Amino acid sequence: MITFEGVTKRYPGGTVAVDRLSLRIPSGRTTVFVGPSGCGKTTSLRMINRMIDHTEGTLAIDGTDVREVDPVLLRRGIGYVIQQAGLFPHRTILDNIATVPFLLGWKRGRARGRARELMELVGLTPELAKRYPYQLSGGQQQRVGVARALAADPPVLLMDEPFSAVDPVVRASLQDELIRLQSELHKTIVFVTHDIDEAVKVGDTIAVLRPGGRLAQFDTPEKLLAEPADDFVETFLGYDRGVRRLSFFPARQLRLRTHALVPQTATAAEAGATAARTEEPWLLVLDGERRPRGWLAAARLDPSQDHAPVDPATPVGELPLTSYGHVFQVGQDSLRAALDAAVLSPAGRAVGVHEDGTVAGVVAQTDLGEAIWAVGNEDDGTGPAEGAPDAAR
Amino acid sequence: MPPDEPLVRWDWVLSHLDDPIGTQLAEHLRLSLIPVLLGLLIALPLGVACARWRRLYPPVFTGINVLYAIPSIALFFLLLPYTSFTDWTAIIPLTVYTLSVLVPNVVGGLDQVPAHVREAATAVGFAPVARLLRVELPVAVPVIVAGLRVAAVASVSMVSVAALVGLGGLGQLILTDGFQRQFPTPIVVGIVLSVALAFAIDGALVLLQRALTPWARGRAER
Ligand SMILES: Nc1ncnc2c1ncn2[C@@H]1O[C@H](COP(=O)(O)OP(=O)(O)O)[C@@H](O)[C@H]1O
Ligand SMILES: [Mg+2]
Repeated sequence: MITFEGVTKRYPGGTVAVDRLSLRIPSGRTTVFVGPSGCGKTTSLRMINRMIDHTEGTLAIDGTDVREVDPVLLRRGIGYVIQQAGLFPHRTILDNIATVPFLLGWKRGRARGRARELMELVGLTPELAKRYPYQLSGGQQQRVGVARALAADPPVLLMDEPFSAVDPVVRASLQDELIRLQSELHKTIVFVTHDIDEAVKVGDTIAVLRPGGRLAQFDTPEKLLAEPADDFVETFLGYDRGVRRLSFFPARQLRLRTHALVPQTATAAEAGATAARTEEPWLLVLDGERRPRGWLAAARLDPSQDHAPVDPATPVGELPLTSYGHVFQVGQDSLRAALDAAVLSPAGRAVGVHEDGTVAGVVAQTDLGEAIWAVGNEDDGTGPAEGAPDAAR
Repeated sequence: MPPDEPLVRWDWVLSHLDDPIGTQLAEHLRLSLIPVLLGLLIALPLGVACARWRRLYPPVFTGINVLYAIPSIALFFLLLPYTSFTDWTAIIPLTVYTLSVLVPNVVGGLDQVPAHVREAATAVGFAPVARLLRVELPVAVPVIVAGLRVAAVASVSMVSVAALVGLGGLGQLILTDGFQRQFPTPIVVGIVLSVALAFAIDGALVLLQRALTPWARGRAER
């Protein structure tokens, strides 16, 4: 556990970057410092490994005051990842990763062996070992940065906006990777970002800092989104806080409709009968393995409508279908993913699939609306219902 | 110069290959390289100190520039009473001149080490001196070697002036064997060899740079 007790940092010019910060950062979890630029996130982080010395208060790691440890030795036991990766341009990827083991005096072979293991762990192919940093993409460099930080297996990992400089697609995959790594390694991670979405995604707990370096709120992401402590936090979370909160509620609580599913071998006449019976405006056509093929508008099958007639004997699989768009995983995804799928679907309905890709059912926007309304109302301030926590991941 | 004297008498060149051509070439090489090496030995700590304690840099920079402004001839003659006709009479002024290129390049090389690299080095647990020796100076090598190239070429061209005090390698060939005897062949040989020597040293430094910094290749293309 890392404890801040009334920690203040006053820079020589008189700027108070961090103001009486008191915080307990739990071991084995990911804690995020989030807040607008200049609110003291970097300063708070760097006081932990003494790249910056605090001016007042006590900062301890597992009960040991950081001021009692030689800073150089302290840092070798704490991983550190920064925005531009900070790789050493004159060292190969392998030797960059092996930096701390070398500093700790490991034998060359053992240090490099460990570096190779880490390359695999963070998803870097072995051919990259002999390359130099300039030969890697931004995303690969960040992976090297993470591998270097983990090389000597430190219990604590500090990350300062590690993924801010890469494009959104790469950033999302790096975040997923970090969440996966953390589920295996259980490090005490302190992660700094100015991006609340990133904070909610990677954090087990979130500390929101306000300008002037004061703590505005320290809570789980669920609690933060449900109950911002004050106007500053609420504004910082953004107007779509409500939609974001849906990430914490599982899609499996949705009512799935299965009566509007038709196999591709069904004839147009049979499908028309199904549409008439269920009063569904859209039918979802399935292939032979119950995977989605596409949407069929019921209106196309209705002979009374004014359009080119469809031969009633034609299998629906041979009719032009409308793309089914995004799907959501019924067992793992959140209400937010289901909502997203419904909004993006041309039929206004989301297709829910099982893990093997077979269709579980479809959700109409009205059903989604009910589920979302229920989220808003069940809420008594304690966050999501029992059994929901993994929905965000 | 006699009107029918050719620019180059090959028979003279062939019969004097060893002496004075060979010996003067060797002396020229020695007198131009030793100052560069000494200059580097002085510029490294001086540059590191200037980069570390910034207030030191302006007076140091001014100082080496003032020294650079003193005509080399004057320095050679000033030293003559103390060093007489030893190599030092040439080496000391030339060393001083190399500083005007090498010190700014050491400082500049250290300055262009990206802040995030420096921070990362501190964060992983390099102590200050180790950080300097194992991260900052190695990363500054391309800029330092660029300074060495300029200093070496300048040094090669300035050695010749030391011929006026009886040193000067190929300068001797030009002054004593050529100019004073109104005989163009040694002058031409001296000029050609000076230029060739400058090219050769520069080329060697480029190769050295490539060997030392495989990681910097392709950087310019980006
Ligand atoms: N070395 C420094 N000297 C003086 N003021 C600083 C220094 N570093 C940061 N600050 C100031 O401290 C405040 C917090 O900075 P920082 O911790 O970098 O914020 P953040 O990482 O949240 O953007 C800012 O107002 C910044 O200008
Ligand atoms: Mg910052």
